[in-house]
Amino acid sequence: MDVVVDNLDVFTLGMRTTVSLTLLSFAVAFVIGTVVAACRVSPIPPLRFAGALYVEAVRNTPLTVLFVLFFFGLTKVGIKYPPFTTAIIVLGGYTGAFVAETVRAGINAVSQGQAEAARSLGLTFGQVLRIVVLPQALRTVVAPLGGLFIALIKNSSIASLIAVEELVFLTDDLANDTARAIPIYLGAAVAYLLLTIPSGFGFGLLERRVAIKR
Amino acid sequence: MIKHTRRTVIALAVGVALMAAACGSDDSSTTTTTEADGTTTTQAAFEEGSTMARIKEAGTIKIGVKFDQPGFGLKNPTTGEVEGFDVEIAKLIVEAIGPDVEIEFVESVSKNREPFLQDGTVDMVVATYTINDTRKQVIDFAGPYFVAQQDIMVKADDTSIKSVDDLNGAKVCTVKGSTSEKNLLAKAPQAEVTLFDTYSQCAEAMTDGRVVAVTTDNTILAGLVDASDGAFKLIEAPFSDEPYGIGVKKDDDAFRSFINDRLEEIFESGDWASAFESTLGAIGLKTPEPPTIDRYTETPPAPTTTAAN
Repeated sequence: MDVVVDNLDVFTLGMRTTVSLTLLSFAVAFVIGTVVAACRVSPIPPLRFAGALYVEAVRNTPLTVLFVLFFFGLTKVGIKYPPFTTAIIVLGGYTGAFVAETVRAGINAVSQGQAEAARSLGLTFGQVLRIVVLPQALRTVVAPLGGLFIALIKNSSIASLIAVEELVFLTDDLANDTARAIPIYLGAAVAYLLLTIPSGFGFGLLERRVAIKR
Repeated sequence: MIKHTRRTVIALAVGVALMAAACGSDDSSTTTTTEADGTTTTQAAFEEGSTMARIKEAGTIKIGVKFDQPGFGLKNPTTGEVEGFDVEIAKLIVEAIGPDVEIEFVESVSKNREPFLQDGTVDMVVATYTINDTRKQVIDFAGPYFVAQQDIMVKADDTSIKSVDDLNGAKVCTVKGSTSEKNLLAKAPQAEVTLFDTYSQCAEAMTDGRVVAVTTDNTILAGLVDASDGAFKLIEAPFSDEPYGIGVKKDDDAFRSFINDRLEEIFESGDWASAFESTLGAIGLKTPEPPTIDRYTETPPAPTTTAAN
């Protein structure tokens, strides 16, 4: 294992990139997810359709394929982003589809009477959603969102495919460099656990903090 | 055009295989030739307990080759056969163990070559495997059986890059974890390096204008140039030697020197040259002189560099 200890700086560098990649794409995913979920429950049919189309198209495509299409494909029509930006767009967009479905489930869990009461007070659909329904819906889906966050940490490794120098990218490089693949990949596994397990705890804590006391 | 080339390669490969088979049977009827060091190359003369004896006894050998490297080891999707120079060399070596020994080719990518040898998944690795001291710590190399040279590929209309020095400050692509990456940074420290998993992605990135040059062994670049229909060219200013060796389990010295003996035999007999012509020759490389075998006796000290970059 000394080969791992000798290269701790490489692992920490990789973890730092993985963390920033995850946080930024989760922020993107949260915004996309909430907007798409709102579209899917809105009373306007074209919006409902667009939301459903987005979720189904993105959720049913392998992430690897999306990465290659965005990175190599879009340049063919003149759109060219650097690897890190591409990774945030793809990871955020992909996870956004899952967040949308999770948030929609949360919205459906808020009892119908809440929305009806809000409407009878004269609130518009947007206001009902923003002020009454979403705050309650999001509280109930903290745990599944935590699951998506952890999945995102691991999914971010696919960004190594387009030369984003995150944890798996540097691990691959190191394994080849040192000719000791097994200890190096064990080191990478531990590094991911150091990120995912505290994330799980964090979301657990958040869930208890925001729970509606009944 | 491409289809035609592929057919030619297959035809040549089949031809070589037949020739090799013919030579093999010819060998067995005539050989009791004694080598200078006293060991005979006659089959069934292997020492009890040696790797060669075990393979001959079992009648099968597992060999790690690349499945995605044109010219060296490329799996033909229609026939399911692996074809290339590495494959031909492997066949020529196994032939000397026993003409009936069946070869099972196992796909080896760069990062699983050492583990495969260590845990016995494969008996040897012939997979564009550059000999270096880091790798010698954990496995041993017979050979080299070929010396590639690192060169630079640019777009066909590019005139700005004439040598490795011109890569300083330029956007350059290579494959991560490769020796090409280290050589590049040693020779052109100011190069802006992009690293992908495969060279075809590098070629794509150059088409898109993300990078202006791709650098690695000339053999690999020749395949990409060949496939580019005139869009890319080699600058033909090589700046490093990459000796390709055959990986064997650490400290299996009998097997290693057996392979070395056999390599010298095929260098001499011309089998090596015809294997080259039918594979790498078909993608436009000129047949070089065979390299000199390095029969090292001690494991060199481990290099001190550890960082990934």
